[in-house]
Amino acid sequence: MNVTQNTEAQRMSFWEKLYLPAIVQGLGVTLRQMFRPKFTRQYPEERWEPLGSYRGSPVLVLDEDGERCVACGLCSRVCPALAIEVQAAETEREKERYPVKFEINMLRCIYCGYCEEVCPEEAIVMSKDYELVFEDRESAILGKEQLLVPIEKLQDRLEFLRRYK
Amino acid sequence: MPELLVQFVIAGVKAFIVVNTVLLAAATLVYVERRVAAWIQDRIGPNRVGPFGLLQPFADVLKLYFKEDLVPALADRAYHRLAPLISIAVALSLYAVIPIADYVVIGGERIPLSVAPGINVGVLYILAMTSIGVYGIVLAGWASNNKYSLLGGLRSSAQMISYELALGLSIVGVVMVAGTLDIAEIIARQKHVWNIVYQPLGFLLFLVASFAETNRAPFDLPEAEPELVGGYHTEYSSMKFGLFFLAEYSNMVVASLMMATLFLGGWHVPFVPELPQWLGLQEGSIGLALFQAAVTVAKTAALLFLFIWVRWTVPRFRYDQLMRLGWRVLLPFALLNIVVTGTVLLALELV
Ligand code: SF4
Ligand code: SF4
Repeated sequence: MNVTQNTEAQRMSFWEKLYLPAIVQGLGVTLRQMFRPKFTRQYPEERWEPLGSYRGSPVLVLDEDGERCVACGLCSRVCPALAIEVQAAETEREKERYPVKFEINMLRCIYCGYCEEVCPEEAIVMSKDYELVFEDRESAILGKEQLLVPIEKLQDRLEFLRRYK
Repeated sequence: MPELLVQFVIAGVKAFIVVNTVLLAAATLVYVERRVAAWIQDRIGPNRVGPFGLLQPFADVLKLYFKEDLVPALADRAYHRLAPLISIAVALSLYAVIPIADYVVIGGERIPLSVAPGINVGVLYILAMTSIGVYGIVLAGWASNNKYSLLGGLRSSAQMISYELALGLSIVGVVMVAGTLDIAEIIARQKHVWNIVYQPLGFLLFLVASFAETNRAPFDLPEAEPELVGGYHTEYSSMKFGLFFLAEYSNMVVASLMMATLFLGGWHVPFVPELPQWLGLQEGSIGLALFQAAVTVAKTAALLFLFIWVRWTVPRFRYDQLMRLGWRVLLPFALLNIVVTGTVLLALELV
């Protein structure tokens, strides 16, 4: 049913009906808006440096003694996306193993961070890398050479883990 | 008959300059529009192509050229092709009678600076040509064989025809005050007092009506995206679409130029009309002409900024609101304006 009494049109005063004052007011709002500082980041030039809590692509930690991973396979086991493949091999030292093959399929990884959480050696951590671009599917499967990152570059994350994990 | 030839060459050169300036202005306008829109919306806008993104419109045009030119299978091919041509031709022909500056004397020849100078029905010519512009849009809508295009075209024609009345009537006041239809003459008479002082209501009506005439927000119903996809140019691609786009922006420039010349004193500097003389610019010199052109362009640019500013501020009207505003508000006010102007003029004559 159409409302015929006390409609908005009836309630409006003469000035309001003209609309022009309201439009001028609106123009004022947009004019002010025009000169407010903008928040846009000019991406390729202006990069964002994530904090330690950021979960970028998972990487393997490389410290003074070489890779930390002992190829226990827990990360591969826990990974909900089945993104990690580890193949273990013996080292010279007794009861020690190392991964001959360690691959993470970045097309599968969902950046959940479970691998990092489960790792007994703090050997796999989430890096700050968010620029993951691949030209084909094969190159999205990262091998050990690409995954190993010197420990110096991962200090923020390790610090974060020490504090909050 | 070298005399005729000389006139022909002069007109040709002027037309060449004007058309190219207009196309360049339209391109710049697209850029400005995008930047201003971005600023209003807390963004930055195109800033990658060239310094400050200034080459963006050229990149856009280049892109349009490389796009596939699609014609719907059941479209009326001839009309489909004709429509954008009508739009752009009309849009460009409007500039013929609008003077940018007064005149220059080159080699003893007095050259008025509009393509077709001294046309004593300049205002009428512009009104007539803008009416023809509707054909481009209606044809585009009809020839596309698409319901959205058709609705967009119909809306557009209905809108333009209703607002044309208000537009024409709002100029009548100016014509009455000036006593002539020659635009250069109208400008010349505004040297000391601009027409906006005599015709504030007329200016307001003209402003609103020209927003509707140029299909700009808040009256951009012909291309209301949520209802009509792209409106009358839904089925246009490549440079055919580009031509509509260009025509639209060019119409905006014409509307602003009209307002600047009819109401805002054209090339006269506000408050100090003698400024060019103080600067030592000779009557008829190129320096003065450039100065006058700069003043005209500045006024036009300010009005164009208003167009853009309003577009990103005011929401779109509903169709019935649009029609009500046109017929029940603008038209009566325009008539009232004429009556009042006439009465005052008559009273002044009697006194
Ligand atoms: S990265 Fe950690 S969890 Fe994964 S295999 Fe190596 S030591 Fe085990
Ligand atoms: S972050 Fe999650 S998905 Fe990615 S590799 Fe680690 S466990 Fe798998």
